[in-house]
Amino acid sequence: MKLSEKAEEILEALWIAVEEKGQSSADAERIGIPFEDPAYGELKALAFIEVTDGRVHLRTEGKEEGERTVRRHRLAERLMMDVLNIRGEGAEDKACQFEHLLHEEVDAKVCTMLNHPTTCPHGKAIPPGECCLAARESGDLGIVPLTELKPGQEGEIAYIQTEDSKKMQKLMAMGVLPGNRINLVQAFPSYIFRIGFSEFAIDTAMAREIHVRK
Amino acid sequence: MSLFKKSGTCHGARQGQALAAKKVALVGNPNVGKSVLFNALTGAYVTVSNYPGTSVEVSRGTAVIDGCQYEIIDTPGMYSILPITEEERVGREILLNEAPDVVLHVLDARNLERMLPMTLQLVEAGLPVVLVVNIMDEAERLGLKIDIPLLQEKLGIPVIGAATAKKRGLAEIRHAITSFERGKHAVFGYSRQMEQDIEEVAALLVGSYTLARKAVGLLLLQRDEEVTALVREAEGERFSAIEQKIREKTFDRRTSLHLELSLERKSIVNGVLQGVVEIPSIRRRTFNERLSTWAVRPITGVPLLLVVLYYGLYEFVGVFGAGTLVDFLEGTLFEEHFNPWIIGVVHAIIPWPVIQELFVGEYGIITLGLRYAVGIILPIVATFFLFFSVLEDSGYFPRLALLVDRVFKKIGLTGRAVIPMVLGFGCDTMATMVTRTLESVRERIIATLLLALAIPCSAQLGVILALLSKAPGALAVWSVCLLLIFMLIGLLAAKVMPGETPMFYMELPPMRLPQISNVLTKTYTRMQWYFMEILPLFILASVLLWLGKITNFFDKLVDWTSPAMAAIGLPRETAVAFIFGFFRRDYGAAGLYDLQEKGLLNARQLTVAAVTLTLFVPCVAQFLVMKRERGVKVSIVILVFVSLLAFASGWGLNEFLLVTGIL
Repeated sequence: MKLSEKAEEILEALWIAVEEKGQSSADAERIGIPFEDPAYGELKALAFIEVTDGRVHLRTEGKEEGERTVRRHRLAERLMMDVLNIRGEGAEDKACQFEHLLHEEVDAKVCTMLNHPTTCPHGKAIPPGECCLAARESGDLGIVPLTELKPGQEGEIAYIQTEDSKKMQKLMAMGVLPGNRINLVQAFPSYIFRIGFSEFAIDTAMAREIHVRK
Repeated sequence: MSLFKKSGTCHGARQGQALAAKKVALVGNPNVGKSVLFNALTGAYVTVSNYPGTSVEVSRGTAVIDGCQYEIIDTPGMYSILPITEEERVGREILLNEAPDVVLHVLDARNLERMLPMTLQLVEAGLPVVLVVNIMDEAERLGLKIDIPLLQEKLGIPVIGAATAKKRGLAEIRHAITSFERGKHAVFGYSRQMEQDIEEVAALLVGSYTLARKAVGLLLLQRDEEVTALVREAEGERFSAIEQKIREKTFDRRTSLHLELSLERKSIVNGVLQGVVEIPSIRRRTFNERLSTWAVRPITGVPLLLVVLYYGLYEFVGVFGAGTLVDFLEGTLFEEHFNPWIIGVVHAIIPWPVIQELFVGEYGIITLGLRYAVGIILPIVATFFLFFSVLEDSGYFPRLALLVDRVFKKIGLTGRAVIPMVLGFGCDTMATMVTRTLESVRERIIATLLLALAIPCSAQLGVILALLSKAPGALAVWSVCLLLIFMLIGLLAAKVMPGETPMFYMELPPMRLPQISNVLTKTYTRMQWYFMEILPLFILASVLLWLGKITNFFDKLVDWTSPAMAAIGLPRETAVAFIFGFFRRDYGAAGLYDLQEKGLLNARQLTVAAVTLTLFVPCVAQFLVMKRERGVKVSIVILVFVSLLAFASGWGLNEFLLVTGIL
């Protein structure tokens, strides 16, 4: 079963209105899609929603699917802003289109890549998926910036995230290369790390760009 | 046999006459002992330092090995054949333009994995590389085992294990230089796709280059500006086709060419090191490492800094240098013995009082110029440079830099700027020169301004400490004032000057006990530089003051400046010290010393005068260096700003002290 894009939008808006804002139902205006749309019929057939007196109600059966659509939308927003670096109106539009592609475990992949974010860029909660719970269960912190390591902790460099190619070259000259072991020696007042038998000091801005797998 | 053969080559070279001495270039990361090796080979001296990038200037020397003469070139530290910094650019220029006959790549045995990629690059460029695996002694102490013969076999180039600081491996290095044969080395391949991309570019190159075509092709792909310009020149019309190819390839690889190259080199290096290096399972912590930990933790690092400053700067430079030594040299040697004697001699030889004045008068070349330079300034500066060299060689500065980075970021600098700032307490002129090691123009200007304004040089500091210690509280007021102005102007400068917050990164070389011989020679060369710089100026100042005195111009100048003096509550005689101060800051402070001796200043006036004079115009030498390093416009703006601020601060402080009655 795969819902149409319109049906997903309806479910998403309804879920936010009911579950987050505590309303009992929503009207077509609030949802932004007129009642004539066949998507309503699609959702009614699945018993996800009920329409009475011009108001849409979310049924218990539809809650789970609603939560998932909201999760996909907010993950898409994070992806746009954090990784693709698209901001503003454009980001919102792109996220709206993109969320519909995050089916069949793609959302779990994206979620893992983003290291299981808990909030969207607007500060709203992202409902946790199975991957988030599994990660919490196993205590796997995933890939974190060097700033998140405690002094004395060691990790493997996963990637360097910088737009400045000179900075990249400098870091690589220090031996900061994916796959190398990195040991954080000290975090204040500057970050000191050790790779092999060499020690280097860098500031917070640079430390944030080195991503480490614990 | 071999002896005969070698003398034969030399003989041939001499007969050819046009043939110059063979060139040997030393290349490698900073802090791998290049300069020590350079000194050992040439016997000449250059600065050897723990601070990454001190040797911005290139040192050259000659070595005679087996009767042949070689020119040895010590290049600035470089991490890669693709340059980022000015120093690296200089290093590569040498490789490109001077076509050395042997390239000694010096690296640190403890960090083979990190440094070998550059060896690969050098070999790939077709350069005549000899690999010197240095600092073997410390690597062995850490429990590392390195199989040099195996490494040599795998790389196909001469490899020598050495500890140049302990004179180990020098004979082998000399032998490798004389017996070097070109063209033998192992070939390392990148991934198929990478090789193909490089080949597609390299195949278009027709001109002749110092570096191998593959290396040139790769540098083109990496968008190296200088190599691109070089190729544009060499290829002429063919360049547009090459440019087209580069554009195509770099676009394909736009996301991660640098990273992929590094990763591929890393995996080649890992293959090479397979079986070559044996790493101990347990890290041994040496005492030096523990000391290093104390130096970088704020809770122990700040007290350690205070201890270093107290004993190094206050006790050694201040009390011993500016006190004991000055008392002896200036007080005993000059005032009691030398001056009366020389005055007698001059009076006996020269009958004209005016000329007598020139040499041994109040502002005489000998009685004032030489006395100030040798009696007061020399001992203070000597003790400071000794202190500085010890710190430099111990590897303390990079640790201090990381400790202060956060604070320095607030004034638009990074921790890196701590070296010129500390050096400024020795000699602001020298420190202004060192500001060129800072990365951005913005940092350099801010550092130059702060040096000109709020950092007193050692000579000035010594005299002012002696001066103010007689009035309790004065020293505290002076220190607080300068610190406030330093931070305030720094904060303002960081706000006003456009530009991004600079980034801070620095290698921390291991802490080690400085070698006495190294420290002494370094102090000596700095002293020599300083003395050559100041003595002519002191003599010039004496002559100008003498001229000013006999023409009465000097009195007029004092008259003109007296309203300014009166405004900040000082007697008109202080103008003399300020005019002295124009020639050299320390000269001015010494002039203040004379005034205080005569009892012309009370505690308040003394403090105001000391603060104003410290802030006042940098000495002539510093101004000239500023002009050379920062350009006429910037240095004049700084000059005017500093002068105005000095008097404004003097006025403000005077009013404040009068109202509050602290002093």
